[in-house]
Amino acid sequence: MSNPVNERRHTIAVLVDNEPGVLARVIGLFSGRGYNIDSLTVAEVSAEKTQSRITVVTRGTPMVIEQIKAQLGRLVPVHKVSDLTIEGPHVERELALLKVAGTGEKRVEALRIADVFRARAVDSTTASFVFEVTGTSDKVDALISLMMPLGLVDVSRTGVVAIARGPKPL
Amino acid sequence: MANQRMTGAEIVIKALVDQGVDVIFGYPGGAVLPIYDALFQQDKVRHILVRHEQGAMHAAEGYARSTGKVGVVLVTSGPGATNCVTGLTDALMDSIPVVCLTGQVPTHLIGNDAFQEADTVGITRPCTKHNYLVKDSNDIARIIHEAFHVARSGRPGPVVVDLPKNVVVNQGTYQTPAQSRTKKYNPQVKADIARVEQAVELLAGAKRPIIYAGGGVINAGPAASQLLASFAKLTGYPVTLTLMGLGAFPASDPQFLGMLGMHGTLEANYAMHGCDVMLCLGARFDDRVTGRLDAFSPGSKKIHVDIDVSSINKNVRVDLPVVGDAAYVLEDMIKVWKSRQYRADEAALKAWWATIDGWRKRDSLRYQPSKDIIKPQYALQRLFAAIKGRDDVFISTEVGQHQMWAAQFIGFEKPNHWLTSGGLGTMGYGLPAAMGAQVANPKALCIDVAGEASILMNIQEMSTIAQYRLPVKVFILNNQYMGMVRQWQEFFFGGRYSESYMDSLPDFVKLAEAFGAVGLRATKPEDVDGLVKEMLDCPKAVIADVMVDKTENCYPMIPAGAAHNEIKLGPEGGVTSSVNDEGMVLV
Ligand SMILES: Cc1cc2nc3c(=O)[nH]c(=O)nc-3n(C[C@H](O)[C@H](O)[C@H](O)COP(=O)(O)OP(=O)(O)OC[C@H]3O[C@@H](n4cnc5c(N)ncnc54)[C@H](O)[C@@H]3O)c2cc1C
Ligand SMILES: Cc1ncc(C[n+]2csc(CCOP(=O)(O)OP(=O)(O)O)c2C)c(N)n1
Ligand SMILES: [Mg+2]
Repeated sequence: MSNPVNERRHTIAVLVDNEPGVLARVIGLFSGRGYNIDSLTVAEVSAEKTQSRITVVTRGTPMVIEQIKAQLGRLVPVHKVSDLTIEGPHVERELALLKVAGTGEKRVEALRIADVFRARAVDSTTASFVFEVTGTSDKVDALISLMMPLGLVDVSRTGVVAIARGPKPL
Repeated sequence: MANQRMTGAEIVIKALVDQGVDVIFGYPGGAVLPIYDALFQQDKVRHILVRHEQGAMHAAEGYARSTGKVGVVLVTSGPGATNCVTGLTDALMDSIPVVCLTGQVPTHLIGNDAFQEADTVGITRPCTKHNYLVKDSNDIARIIHEAFHVARSGRPGPVVVDLPKNVVVNQGTYQTPAQSRTKKYNPQVKADIARVEQAVELLAGAKRPIIYAGGGVINAGPAASQLLASFAKLTGYPVTLTLMGLGAFPASDPQFLGMLGMHGTLEANYAMHGCDVMLCLGARFDDRVTGRLDAFSPGSKKIHVDIDVSSINKNVRVDLPVVGDAAYVLEDMIKVWKSRQYRADEAALKAWWATIDGWRKRDSLRYQPSKDIIKPQYALQRLFAAIKGRDDVFISTEVGQHQMWAAQFIGFEKPNHWLTSGGLGTMGYGLPAAMGAQVANPKALCIDVAGEASILMNIQEMSTIAQYRLPVKVFILNNQYMGMVRQWQEFFFGGRYSESYMDSLPDFVKLAEAFGAVGLRATKPEDVDGLVKEMLDCPKAVIADVMVDKTENCYPMIPAGAAHNEIKLGPEGGVTSSVNDEGMVLV
């Protein structure tokens, strides 16, 4: 069924009731039905803490993506499923923390590259930096690959959060 | 009345009563003793004590399918809950509304590997429509009401409510169904009228139409089946049903082509293959129905009416999805057809029926009769002859060849009278399901058409049947084999009958007697009518052991992974030839 040729990456926003087990339901759905999860983020978003927003990045053929949305939509605690990739322009961001350990020339080079990527040093010791970077996943990937030869020892990424452009809410 | 304080256990019972529950199927244990104590002190809810929790689940399914109501189960924590998993999965696959109340260790012990603790919500999450862990006695009523709402709304399914012991012991406040009303889950029942109009237009222009209806029409209530009959009358179009849909259209109607799919009739499968417009109503393009997907009804425009968006475009791409309840949609379709004064294309339809009649003449259900041994098909024909015309008969089945023959040889005129495990194919379903149907319909005739292998999977329920004096009839087509397995081994594994012979079977007549029922046996074709009569006349439960041909195969058969037009009608030509490597991996 999955034919990599017409597989495409989709970013899907899901508004759910903030109840125990809701994340397990969503993840179980993906693993149980063999769908891909490239990244998944979740946090409360309503002031009353009654709703959470899940952003999931997945890949699949149009038929699989349609199934994923339908399957998400029929979970009882799910209120809204929105395919940001096809519903118009949207913004995607990811935050990453990169730990680069090293001294001398490499250390200077790491700082220089961080600057180009507008990554901030949020921790530093004589032998290491922790950089914080925000941007698209591609940008984070690029920074990681540049830092690799400069002593990158640890990466922590949030996964993608996304929102549609323009005045309309989800 | 509202805002009464009572114990959690009393709240559970009151919530059930307010949901209109008159009977539950269950089995006690430590975690649910408070609920059993509350049950003891009231007389509104009747409890049927099963002999295994799986039996309770299937009984509740039989109860639900035969009444259209929600079936209810009550079991204890740990093993009580895990024994329900097969039944929950079965109900999920076949869209049967069941609420299953499970006991749980007290909240402060959850996660401690306490005695008889199991992560019930974790284990049942993928096999329920939804599940709940109740943590506060004040939430019990609201959650139970919501559970019933979820179980019966939209596409029905099983819901688990896990009740820790302290939560049912502590006091809480009761809430009525009205106070608990939720906006949360309200699936769309009425379809977009523009879609319906498009569908009717497409259908009116058809030259070779077919209506392919399934279990969703039965889920939509008896009115949906009547509307289906009206729509078929109005258009003159042929109708075929899935295994789960049997009864949604009268089997005796000349427009009925029989069941379709792997063991469906030639005319139904050929009509599906050759149609130009297909109306799929509450059916889900199961692999047992479609056969090889890329060869499935290649030239047709497909309309799919389903209440569950996830059923649409899952296996087969359709041209016109219509999301809504089958009854509402049929009603609208009839209105549109009439108001726009559509007429079927008479000439084309006549030619189409002539083609179909040609297929019908090949009599794809025919079999080689015998004077010496009982053919299973013959036994079912005689059973059907004896019950034909009665509208108080419920037939359940186990899983295997006997199930397919029952589907082929017993005609159903009305919905909700056929109880079978289609999606999961659970051996051991039929006896408890018949028991549940008998509890719901005490005066009716409830027959489990069984295989000798399947019946042993929940045979303990004969004891329940004895206790409540339920006159359930078990009609075993005893071929001494797991016939369906043997058939596949014959066709696809060189006749190597690995572990499919049923050695050391019990004497079913004596077994019946041991359970206080009546045992009957037939070994010759001339015994069959007498046995059937004796069984039907008997006021008690009966196990009828019908010794049938051991090596009969079930035809027609579309081998897994083959196309509809590669259907095999009998041993001539062989079945093996049409199966390729891709087909061999399919179940
Ligand atoms: C040994 C064996 C052999 C089998 N061989 C065959 C065979 O030859 N032919 C065959 O047909 N089956 C066969 N089956 C059964 C098969 O596996 C499936 O269970 C069956 O085909 C599914 O039936 P269905 O499509 O009607 O769907 P169901 O499982 O009944 O699903 C109902 C569909 O209707 C929808 N729905 C629910 N409520 C409503 C509503 N109110 N309004 C509208 N839509 C609604 C649901 O969303 C779902 O899509 C066999 C099973 C076994 C065990
Ligand atoms: C619980 C369970 N285990 C295994 C199977 C696989 N299976 C399908 S049909 C069948 C044989 C059934 O034998 P029997 O009840 O004698 O029916 P027959 O095919 O002989 O009519 C088996 C083992 C199943 N469907 N369910
Ligand atoms: Mg058998």
